[in-house]
Formats: sequence, C-alpha cells, structure tokens
Amino acid sequence: MLKINNLHAGVEGKEILKGINIEVNAGEVHAIMGPNGSGKSTLSSVIAGKEEFEVTEGNILFQGEDVEEFSPEERAHKGIFLSFQYPVEIPGVSVTNFMKTAINETRKAQGLEEMPANEMLKKIREKSELLEIDRKFLSRSLNEGFSGGEKKRNEIFQMAMLEPKLAILDETDSGLDIDALRIVSNGVNRLRSKDNAVVVITHYQRLLDYIVPDFVHVLLDGKIVKSGGAELAHELEEKGYDWIKQEKVSN
Amino acid sequence: MAYTEEELKKELETKEYEYGFYTDIESDTFPVGLNEEIVRAISRKKEEPEWMTEWRVEAFKAWEQMIEPEWANVTYKKPDFQNISYYSAPKKKDKYNSLDEVDPELLETFNKLGISLDEQKKLAGVAIDVVMDSVSVATTFKKTLAEKGIIFCSISEAIKEHPELVKKYIGSVVPKKDNFYAALNSAVFSDGSFCYIPKGVRCPMELSTYFRINQAGTGQFERTLVIADEGSYVSYLEGCTAPMRDENQLHAAVVELIALEDAEIKYSTVQNWFPGGKDGKGGVYNFVTKRGLCETNAKISWTQVETGSAITWKYPSCILKGDNSVGEFYSIAVTNNYQQADTGTKMIHLGKNTRSTIISKGISAGKSQNSYRGLVQINSRAENARNFSQCDSLLMGNDCGAHTFPYIEAKNKTAQIEHEATTSKIGEDQIFYCNQRGIDTEKAIALIVNGFSKEVLNKLPMEFAVEAQKLLEISLEGSVG
Ligand SMILES: Nc1ncnc2c1ncn2[C@@H]1O[C@H](COP(=O)(O)OP(=O)(O)OP(=O)(O)O)[C@@H](O)[C@H]1O
Ligand SMILES: [Mg+2]
Repeated sequence: MLKINNLHAGVEGKEILKGINIEVNAGEVHAIMGPNGSGKSTLSSVIAGKEEFEVTEGNILFQGEDVEEFSPEERAHKGIFLSFQYPVEIPGVSVTNFMKTAINETRKAQGLEEMPANEMLKKIREKSELLEIDRKFLSRSLNEGFSGGEKKRNEIFQMAMLEPKLAILDETDSGLDIDALRIVSNGVNRLRSKDNAVVVITHYQRLLDYIVPDFVHVLLDGKIVKSGGAELAHELEEKGYDWIKQEKVSN
Repeated sequence: MAYTEEELKKELETKEYEYGFYTDIESDTFPVGLNEEIVRAISRKKEEPEWMTEWRVEAFKAWEQMIEPEWANVTYKKPDFQNISYYSAPKKKDKYNSLDEVDPELLETFNKLGISLDEQKKLAGVAIDVVMDSVSVATTFKKTLAEKGIIFCSISEAIKEHPELVKKYIGSVVPKKDNFYAALNSAVFSDGSFCYIPKGVRCPMELSTYFRINQAGTGQFERTLVIADEGSYVSYLEGCTAPMRDENQLHAAVVELIALEDAEIKYSTVQNWFPGGKDGKGGVYNFVTKRGLCETNAKISWTQVETGSAITWKYPSCILKGDNSVGEFYSIAVTNNYQQADTGTKMIHLGKNTRSTIISKGISAGKSQNSYRGLVQINSRAENARNFSQCDSLLMGNDCGAHTFPYIEAKNKTAQIEHEATTSKIGEDQIFYCNQRGIDTEKAIALIVNGFSKEVLNKLPMEFAVEAQKLLEISLEGSVG
C-alpha cells in the first residue's frame, strides 16, 4: 500500500528526513517511535503532501503510484488520512459542516454524487456513537476551544467518517485521558480491515497495548535506525533511546 | 492545486469578474454634463410635479457650493462630474404585466446571473422590483401587496401616485444638503424604489429590488424611500451586479428608512458591482448615503454583504430618536485586488434606553484596503443608552490592509459602550488541514471565509444567505480548475 524509498526531505535547505525506507501493506499496523525532533511529524506531513517540505531524493509510492505530482487534496481523495498532532481551529465552521464538505469534495473527485442528507446524518450518528461523541459537540466550531483530548477524539471521528485506506495517527494518544484512550483505540480497531492500514506515531507503549502493531520502527535523526515487532516498543519503554543511539554509533 | 502562500496570493489576484456582460437594450440617454437645465430636463422627462422639480433644483444649487469629501481612507481619480450623462432609460416605456412581455435579452441577463425573474417568482414570498438603468421595468407580486395596503413601486411612480407621502418623507432623514453625494443624488436621482407599509401591517414577503448599472458612462443615482408606519414590519433586500466596464462608473445612491412607533425595518443588501480589473482599472465608485430614523420602540437593522465596487464609501446609519428604539448593523465587506472600501455605520442615540449593535467583518485580499469607520454617539438626553461593537478583520496575504476607526462620543454618563476588535490571517496550516481532508484550496478559503462571516450571514433572509455565500466565494476564488 505504502512504499517509501530512500526518502530525503527538508525545509529551506535543511535536511530533516535523511533516507527513510518503510513498506506498509494492507491489513498491517505500523508504529513509529522516536525522540522529539527526530522527524516523525515531518514524515507524516511529507506523505500527506505539505508543500512547505521539499523532497530532495527518493520517493513515496501509494498503491503503486508515485505521489510526487499529487496535491494534498488528491492524496486525501486517494485515501490518505492524517490525524494531526496539532489540529487547527477553523472558527465559525461546524464539525458537521466541515465533514459534509470533506466527504462531498472527496465524492466529487471520485465522480460520485453528493451524499444524500439522510445518509450523511446516519453516518454521523453511527460514527459519533462509536467514538462516544456528544451530538452537541458536532455543531461547535471546528477545534475552536476544544480541549486537547477533544481535538484528538475529533480527529479520529473524522477518520471514521472518511474511511481512509491509510491512516497516519500523529500522537493521537497525547492529551487523551485513560477512558478516552480506550474509546479512541477501540474506534481505530473497529475501523481496521484487511484492506486498510494504520501508521501510529507515539511516544508511549500504552497506546500500543490497545492498537497492537505488527511492526515498530525507531526514527532517530531522520533515519529509521531499528525495526522490530511489538516487543521492540516494550524494550524502548524500559530502556529509552540511548541504547539504540549507542548501538548506532558502535555500528 | 497544491498550496503555498505565493500561489494563494496569485490565485486570488487572477479572479476575474464572473458577471462581466451587459445587456444591449436600446436606451434613451442624455448628453453628458450637469447644470440646472439638465436637472430640470430630468424632472420634465419624468413628468414630475413642480414641487419635485424645485426640490431638485435647490439640491443642485447646494451641491454646486459643496466640495467632494476627502476624509475617507480611499484614494482614486475623482470623477469628472461634467463628463457623465445623468439620464438613461430603456426605450421601452410600457410596464409589463407578465414576464412574457419583458425584453428577452433582459431575462437572459438575469438567467446568466442565476437570479432569473422566473426563478425568483417561484421563490416563495419574494416580490421583485427590477430597476435597470434607472427605470423600473418589471414589478411582480404587486396585487398581493396591494390587498394589504402596501405600496411597493418605483419612486417615480410614487411621486405621481402618492405625492403626499413622498413630499412628507423625502429628505426627512437624509436632507438634500446632507453631504456632497446626497446633494448630487437629490438633484439628479433617476429612479429607485418606494415602499410604504400601513399601520399594524406585517409585510408577508421579502421585498426585493435588483439594481443594475448598464449604460457606459452613465452615473446611477438611485433613491429609495421606505416608510414603515406604526406597528408595521418589513424586510427589504437590495441586491446588485454590474457588467464589466473599462471606465469608472459612479454610483451615488440615497436610501432613507423611516420606522414609526413600534415599527421594524430589516434592510439587507448584497452588493456585487464590478470591482475593477486585477490591475485596478475600471470598477464602480460606490458613494452611498443610507440612513434610518427610529421613533419610539422602533427597530432598524442594516445587513450588508459588500463584495464589489472599486471604491466603496458607505455608512448605513440609525438615528435612534425615540425612546427604547434599537439600531443594528451587520456587515461583511470583502476587498480584493485594488479594491478600497471605507465602510461602517453611525449610531446616533437620542432617546432613552436606546440600544445599538454593530458587527462588522472585513475580509481583505490582494492589494486591497478595507477600513471600518464607525461612530457611536450618545446624546446628553439618552439615558441608559447601550452599544456593543465588534469589528473583525481577516487578511489574506501580506499586501492587503485592514483598518478600524471607531469614534465614540458619549455625552451621557449612564452610557454603556463596548468595543471589541480582532484581526486574523488565513494560515497555511488551516488551508493544509482542509486540503488533507480532501477540500481544495478554493473551497477551503470559501469555507474559512464563510465561517468568519457566519454571524452576519445568519442575519440575512434565508434565500439571500445562499446567494451571499456564492458571492463571497466568487469574489475570493481564483480561476483554478
Ligand atoms: N517548517 C520547519 N522549519 C524549520 N524546521 C522545521 C520545520 N518543521 C520541522 N522542523 C524541524 O525538523 C525537526 C523534526 O521535526 P518534527 O516535527 O518532524 O519532529 P517530531 O519527531 O514530530 O517531534 P515530536 O515528537 O516533538 O512531535 C525538528 O528539529 C524541527 O524543529
Ligand atoms: Mg511530532
């Protein structure tokens, strides 16, 4: 589904990603861990097509196609979804209206008619129940005045509404309380299928207890320095990143 | 379309005027120039009674002594008032009873605008008085209104048919010597609308007029007079679009509203005149005087969506004369490219317990300048007057400007005045967030702008809120495929 080959990317001449290789297949869950500033959010932004970053080498294939020429919205239409580490506020635009626009724009791009209102309402009801979101919440302005946890839960609500092929969750767990973490993880698990894939970016093992990864990658200074199974996350939780750094140096 | 700040700016600048076409209907146009003879000729042409002719001449004489004001935050080449033709009327003078009789070309124009009369007639509760090139060419729903005793007609017709009302109220809120443009309008006004709602009557439909400017080099001087008698209610909408032109077109309208005891007038405007090309050439000069007078317990609200004109100079105002009267001003002003808008309101509190609310949303893009200028004046006798003002500005790119000039004059210690102002910028992060959800940049801007303008859009009558949103999108979107 997603194949990243020797990806180098940066901003204003400063290289942040220094040769990344990852392959994510349908049905898999990958976790990316790594210290602050190692490039995790940059990687997700580059996959989503943020213009600010320049790809200097390598490529990203999504379902066999090089995404280089695709705009961010085209990537979204093809099924890439990013749950933002810092979701932005859009005053005066309700969650419902935003979702309606997003779904219909995607359908338009796929040559489909707008979603009928009753179908839309049914879907909103279903997905808000899945994530235990109060209906009143949906008429509020997008992310405006939302608590940190509410923002994250709302990101996953959007993911549930859009049903992407590839979902990248950038620190969705940070800011969530214990119950919310369970609800949100449960929501993500319910949306998993053999046809889609999830990449979770996190600092904590806790989330991975709920969303169990098939692979764990450690990103350090713009490079994947270690990959392994779910047990690698436990090891990191215990030992931190220093041993990997040392391992890297001694290699 | 992928987004960078540079591209966003370019995109906004390449927006072309979508309604740039004009109707080729034969007109009967006066030679250019202005003098007393022309003023008298206009009056004669319109078969006006003598009192009207003299009123115009007085206004003209006052205007001759006046100088064009320069205090607004706009710069432009002043119109040459001697190089404008002051009268133009479609040749067909007869009135129409049905759409079939209306010039097909005019109907075609309306079709292009997506506001065909046909469609509008079907829209429940909308009566339209089409003012095209200064003369009313079609009036619908007249019968229903007549049954309630409501008068809704062109001002020319009102001068002939209801002289007592016109004579009593014209110039009573905006005196003919009020200001340079009002005096000019009083001398040469071509046509406009007149509306009278009798005592205790609630007008059953939105009254709506579309103004257009259609003749090259023809200044347009509309005159509107709305009188809501005691305890009555009316909602009035004025909307307009204009064809693409090379030279500047002057528009100096006067609107007077009179809300007698316990009456309420809602006056909404959607304005989309040609703003000039992206190089700043052409476009309509819009110098408007709009003012309403509230008697005891009366209420006037002005709602406006201004997306057009090269220069806008416009301050819909309320004189809160009666005790407990209420004035409201809700405004969205969009400027793009080289557009300049200096708009706002004046709330003059004279009576006790008078209240006013001002919500102004300014959106600037391109190299445009958008100024809010508002005056809240509390008279010494206005016990317990209250005002709340909120002015929000939204900027797109770094070449545009937003300015706020609030003036407060409180001569009574019991006054409560609150003023809030914010300025924000559409951020790349907001756009990227929308893009990531499958919403392209154009649509994202429209969404953000609509969200920003929501409090004002919500004040518009339903049917027109949709149209206004469309206009906002048109004025800010690029021509990206
Ligand atoms: N627009 C930018 N301009 C300059 N530097 C940037 C920009 N974006 C990211 N960086 C830098 O790139 C590096 C990687 O940032 P990134 O946000 O990808 O880290 P991260 O791994 O997500 O960290 P965290 O765990 O704190 O979220 C950091 O040093 C950051 O300062
Ligand atoms: Mg990050």
